Amino acid sequence: MEGTAVRGRLTWQTATVAQIIPETPRTSTIVFDVPEWAGHRAGQHLDVRLTADDGYRAERSYSIASAPGEPVAITVERLEDGEVSPYLTEELRAGDEIELRGPIGGYFVWDPATDNGPLLLAAGGSGVVPLRSILRNRERSGSAVMARLLYSSRSLADVIYRQEFERPGSGLDVIYTLTRSQPEGWRGHAGRVDDALLAEVAWPTGQEPLAFVCGPTSFVEGVAQGLVGLGYPPGRVKTERFGATGGRQ
Amino acid sequence: MSPISRGFHGRRRTPAGEEGRVPPGQYVTTDFPVLSAGPTPHTPTEKWTFSITQGGGALKSWTWDEMRALPEEDVTTDIHCVTRWSKLDTHWQAVSIDTLLEQVEHQASFVLAFSDGGYTTNIPVQDVTGGQAWLAYGYDGGPLPAEHGGPARLLVPHLYFWKSAKWVRGLELLDHDKPGFWETYGYNMYGDPWKEQRYAGD
Repeated sequence: MEGTAVRGRLTWQTATVAQIIPETPRTSTIVFDVPEWAGHRAGQHLDVRLTADDGYRAERSYSIASAPGEPVAITVERLEDGEVSPYLTEELRAGDEIELRGPIGGYFVWDPATDNGPLLLAAGGSGVVPLRSILRNRERSGSAVMARLLYSSRSLADVIYRQEFERPGSGLDVIYTLTRSQPEGWRGHAGRVDDALLAEVAWPTGQEPLAFVCGPTSFVEGVAQGLVGLGYPPGRVKTERFGATGGRQ
Repeated sequence: MSPISRGFHGRRRTPAGEEGRVPPGQYVTTDFPVLSAGPTPHTPTEKWTFSITQGGGALKSWTWDEMRALPEEDVTTDIHCVTRWSKLDTHWQAVSIDTLLEQVEHQASFVLAFSDGGYTTNIPVQDVTGGQAWLAYGYDGGPLPAEHGGPARLLVPHLYFWKSAKWVRGLELLDHDKPGFWETYGYNMYGDPWKEQRYAGD
């Protein structure tokens, strides 16, 4: 678990909302115009700060959805009891100003120049967001690394970035499992990711795969433990969690 | 001057009477969220030891049973995670770090806590002594669950909770400050929640 130093003060800056793209009934991608963005790496996150007219502030962290080199974007899932996500998904409009700072985090990142081995990306729900940044980075950098995405979602309608993932020629292998409802004739997997599905999908350890696992705690605990059980060294299983009140809200 | 977020009113304002307990930028949760960078290690207590090391050697080491034979303290405290949740009145069973450090001779100014899985975090000695820090093995009267750092974790509640290293196995004594895991990735060297020291330079 060694890393290179990432230092320097992270200052708040005012970004302008360039575009809001509805992804699913519960999620939207917000693309920002940030005047001074130092650049980010795939998998990092940023902080957003809202200020009410009486000065009350709320801050939350969101994974960056765009690849390095692309305009900064986040994809936000609306949490019914949330404080910030309903605002971002329902109130915010293109042209609005919003404060953010970042990029943050340096462990849950993938760098095509230095990270070898086939990629196993496992997403639970909106945990797919930082993995999408990794996948776009892989494609944009022309990386020859093989990639497989195991994506657990409530229903097909809740799958984020589906068109992008299924675009012909992406070289991406996507394995869906739908936990709550499956459309008629669904030929993918159903139910939560278990050890059998993981064993079927995970690259053999002999290929020295690198795994990124992101989702709610129960998903991350189960998948990470399952991969260790399959012989993945813990240092090759990087995790990030989205909790109802956890890390990235 | 921050731009006003039109139409934003805020739903998670700190409950009345608790303003002095919740640091700036935090909100109160009743859940106990889990955050970690990799898989959860599961070290059986028969194989568990806790060591105080210096210059690569152990000055003192405790087995699980030896550690549990030390005086137990009941600690009720508020905890604050850098990801912005705070949890009030958490209840722990623990050994004071004072009790452990009293058993070695040293002039160290900093400790680097080290854990199963390779996690480390740095803390000044003056912040792990004086009744401010514990080795916690019980939560709410039961064993500390592995996902929350069991069998034992550090508890340094006056600093952001990443300093309270999960799955902790020892303290390395140092005469200088040395960044640990998250500190290397841009998180603050000290991490005072009341000063919002989240990231380097805060």
